[in-house]
Amino acid sequence: MNQPKTLDDNAAMVTETLKAETRKFNFFYGDNQALKNVDLPVAERRVTALIGPSGCGKSTLLRSFNRMHDLYPGNRYEGEIRLYPDDVNLVSPEVDPIEIRMRISMVFQKPNPFPKTIFENVAYGLMVRGEKRRSVLEEKVEEALRGAALWEEVKDRLDDLAFNLSGGQQQRLCIARALASDPEIILFDEPTSALDPIATASIEELIAEIKEKVTILIVTHNMQQAARISDYTAFMYLGELVEFGRTDELFVRPRKKQTEDYITGRFG
Amino acid sequence: MTTTDTGGSGSLSSPYLDRIRTMRHVRNGKERIIEAILFVAAFCAVAVTVAIVAILLYEASTFFEHVSLVEFLTGTEWTPLFERARYGMLPLLVGTVVTSAIAFLVAGPLGFLIAMYLSEFAPPKLAEVLKPFLELLAGVPTIVYGYFALLFVTPLLQKLIPGLPGFNMLSAGLVMGLMIVPYVASIAEDAMRAVPMALREGSYAMGATRFQTAMWVVLPASFSGVMAAFVLGISRAVGETMIVAIAAGQQPNFTFDPREPAATITAYIVQVAMGDLPHGSIGYQSIFAVGLVLVVITLFFNLIGQMLRRRIREVY
Ligand SMILES: Nc1ncnc2c1ncn2[C@@H]1O[C@H](COP(=O)(O)OP(=O)(O)O)[C@@H](O)[C@H]1O
Ligand SMILES: [Mg+2]
Repeated sequence: MNQPKTLDDNAAMVTETLKAETRKFNFFYGDNQALKNVDLPVAERRVTALIGPSGCGKSTLLRSFNRMHDLYPGNRYEGEIRLYPDDVNLVSPEVDPIEIRMRISMVFQKPNPFPKTIFENVAYGLMVRGEKRRSVLEEKVEEALRGAALWEEVKDRLDDLAFNLSGGQQQRLCIARALASDPEIILFDEPTSALDPIATASIEELIAEIKEKVTILIVTHNMQQAARISDYTAFMYLGELVEFGRTDELFVRPRKKQTEDYITGRFG
Repeated sequence: MTTTDTGGSGSLSSPYLDRIRTMRHVRNGKERIIEAILFVAAFCAVAVTVAIVAILLYEASTFFEHVSLVEFLTGTEWTPLFERARYGMLPLLVGTVVTSAIAFLVAGPLGFLIAMYLSEFAPPKLAEVLKPFLELLAGVPTIVYGYFALLFVTPLLQKLIPGLPGFNMLSAGLVMGLMIVPYVASIAEDAMRAVPMALREGSYAMGATRFQTAMWVVLPASFSGVMAAFVLGISRAVGETMIVAIAAGQQPNFTFDPREPAATITAYIVQVAMGDLPHGSIGYQSIFAVGLVLVVITLFFNLIGQMLRRRIREVY
């Protein structure tokens, strides 16, 4: 099951533990096939970046991991996304999407704090799970806010509305919200595209810290960002996974012409 | 537009420049006319409102030359037809409050639940089928509701509540509530639909159920809109005339007991306007005074409602 596996058929071989893996994965918006035959390994406690031109299916793939597509009618998964160590196919209809979403959190492109207090936002995942003990909530909220490097800024105003925070703070709040319920994987969909460079830098720093504990899958259309923060990179094009490899390899010695064209800025 | 020669356009050489410049005048002229028409339309609406209030104030002032404001606002007897006429409007006000409160107790919860169901739970196709029915309900003339209350709901209630009079505020209020349900539901639903999908996705992504998302995220996010729906619904009830005039009876009756018959402000106005009192008499003038009170109350509710509605738009 959870055996070490080679994640790179390129030069430097590294053995990693797999946290998840898509196998012959297809996705359909109605009749429109958005993902074709994607085989993507996701290494445990590493950052895997999805890059590629706009519309190539990065978000679609990311949102398959927490069954977001179940929310809308007409969407269809085909193939497998295996989640380890239990080795279940998380897109199978028998698997409860709510359980999957409790294990796999998500941070969105635009910060989307709830119209609640800072405390309630971070405690949301725990409250959803039925946790009502104030002491547990307080402890977890502090831990998550510290984890998201936000505690010092908000510890005196936990009962303020989250809307009153700045954009960068709101995004860190959303990360704290995702962290609070101890997820196994966190999915990031272009988490810094709505932020200024300083806020972006702090989110990137944060991701580097979080990966000590949590597996991270991140979509970015900023290649420098992918190069800075990820261990593995997958380049997608027109719904297909064109190339996957260690980030330091892929950016220096891309094997496919399309990858090279994209990372050298010739298209996309 | 025959300005093909570019002679007059100075050092700029584009042959289109002159044309662009002439077009600009045409464009500005057209826009000014459209602007003017729109302004007149908007102005008319405001002018009519101001005129109504002005007429009410003017007519009411002749009433208040004969009746003191204190008696009018605090008196508990409203007997304009008696020889020794009394003009204490509390009975009418209480009639309005009681029927509106009953209507709200029906329309508030029901409208809210329907809005929540349509916006958050119903499959989109089912919602599309259900909504025209709601609109149909909203389009039924109020006189039909009035006779529905008098001839159907009251006899039904009389089986449950022995001794219930044929005219009573309960039946009128309940039916008025039914009438307002679609109105409350549609405003509340608009507010809930205005909640960005990104917020719902954020909630689902934390493992929340549909119900948790609706109660913990959509509801607080649309709170002021739902409040607006309630307030505007109450305002509708306060101003509603036909149902209460038909089913609640028309005797001013100072009582909070919903089983009793009573007149509301609106019911009294129709009654007098239909011609029991000679034009120009103090009794006749009294309808302008109570009308003024009605306008103030509904204006108050409408202003609050609109303010709450605007708040949703500011948040998103
Ligand atoms: N809700 C949707 N319904 C239908 N097609 C969609 C939907 N969302 C995305 N698509 C299509 O799927 C493809 C991949 O989109 P997406 O995953 O958003 O790309 P990316 O995140 O890489 O920019 C695009 O062609 C897009 O038009
Ligand atoms: Mg995207």
